[in-house]
Amino acid sequence: MAEVDESNKPLFAGLSDVSISEDIPVEGEISVPVNSQNPDDEFSTLDEPVKDTILRDLRAVGKKFVHVMYPKKSSALLRDWDLWGPLLLCVTLALMLQGGSADSKDDGNPQFAEVFVIIWFGSIVITLNSKLLGGTISFFQSLCVLGYCILPLTVAMLLCRLLLMMTPEKANNAFELIGFILRVVVVTASFSWSTYASTAFLADSQPANRKALVVYPIFLFYFVIGWMILTFATSS
Amino acid sequence: MASPDDLKFQEFQEATDLLSADPGASTLSASSHSGATGASLGDVKVDLSDDEENQQENSELLGGEKRTSGFWTFEYYQSFFNVDTVQVLDRIKGSLMPLPGRNFVKHHVRNNPDLYGPFWICVTLVFSMAISGNLSTFLSNQGNPSHHYRPQFHKVTAAAVTVFLYVWLVPLGVWGFLTWKRGTERQISSYSFLETVCVYGYSLFIYIPTSMLWSIPFDWWQWLLMVVAMMISGMVLVTTFWPIVCDETKTTAFGTMVVIVLLHALLAVGCKLYFFQTADVVSPTQPPSIVGNNTAALTSMAKPH
Repeated sequence: MAEVDESNKPLFAGLSDVSISEDIPVEGEISVPVNSQNPDDEFSTLDEPVKDTILRDLRAVGKKFVHVMYPKKSSALLRDWDLWGPLLLCVTLALMLQGGSADSKDDGNPQFAEVFVIIWFGSIVITLNSKLLGGTISFFQSLCVLGYCILPLTVAMLLCRLLLMMTPEKANNAFELIGFILRVVVVTASFSWSTYASTAFLADSQPANRKALVVYPIFLFYFVIGWMILTFATSS
Repeated sequence: MASPDDLKFQEFQEATDLLSADPGASTLSASSHSGATGASLGDVKVDLSDDEENQQENSELLGGEKRTSGFWTFEYYQSFFNVDTVQVLDRIKGSLMPLPGRNFVKHHVRNNPDLYGPFWICVTLVFSMAISGNLSTFLSNQGNPSHHYRPQFHKVTAAAVTVFLYVWLVPLGVWGFLTWKRGTERQISSYSFLETVCVYGYSLFIYIPTSMLWSIPFDWWQWLLMVVAMMISGMVLVTTFWPIVCDETKTTAFGTMVVIVLLHALLAVGCKLYFFQTADVVSPTQPPSIVGNNTAALTSMAKPH
């Protein structure tokens, strides 16, 4: 028995000397120190106040926003993906694009449902496209990246709305033209930023001879969203 | 020259030396290793070359082996996207320059039909038509102070439905008709459904730059552009389908061709009339006037009764 206990020591020093005769029963307990219960207790979020849970998620979302604004080739966005950020951005953008035009005959601005469907359905289609072309990225990671990279366009939407509010409705043509040119510049800059950021995250997972095939739909996606922002017209 | 004989003799000597050293070793008669004579090198070259005929024969032989996984697996759909950037660009170029001798399917698609090209060309076409239509309405109403700019986003939905129905239903009809015709008589099969969709999808590519140029609101310019685009796009379709139907009777062959071209023209003209309206009075007041006409017609029909 004592020899069996000694064989558990790391050096296995006395192993060669162990000889168990047939009539001595070998018994004992092999007990593994159980640490697995403790991590579950730490990550169980049922007992903590709601404020902590929400703040933790918000902080994760905010960290990813910073990653999008300064796109380096870090894998943080891909590793812990979440869809809260894209949902926030999509809803904000769709709400801001509501022109409030009351006449349904000549409906102008895209409705909330149209914007929502375009963003989410477009992201799903682009993800499917990149997976079908042989990409190695997972489905939700790609959705996460595409959704987060809408952030520059949302910022551009805010700026455009501000610009539109600042120029009075019946201003002279020069004022309107300057405002329009400013909006074009802002939207173009933000849409190229979005495309660049998302390709920086997504392009590595594609085979080299198909990169352009994957980048083009992303370009089209952000171009369409940029067009919706640029042609936003407030109701008279 | 004595050198080829010397080399041959040497190799044989080395081989016998090696064999005597290790009698159990496996021997390969690798004649390509010598490389001394030009003739053997030439033979090796011919065998390893991959010219077009060889590749096409191989791909035709392998054609039946592709897509053996069931339609519920992901790999089945992945086989439709098995194209590289160069191949897609080559197919687009082929759709832009249809030469009478070149069959788009045989020359460019070559038993590797893909769904990437048709799908993204359709999506681009939908958005380019909606955006250019919006631009053209805006530009044609420039001097009009009473016209307020509207994004007219509902046109995107209309464009999407039109284009996607065209690219799926018309090839279905054409393929069904050709397969039925072919199946009763000949053993050479016509194109598969995917190849038909491929041809139709790539033939729509010419409309993308055309729709962008259409935003310039001059009537004669728009009609000229449309005729040119229809001719190019129609040529692609005609050169693709003519070899299949030319064996049929004259009436069937010409009838099929006319129907294909007519449907294509209908798409172009319909899109032009709906999306690119040059007159100012047409766009905001047309829906109520149509409704007004309908109600007037109904009341006039109801009166005699």
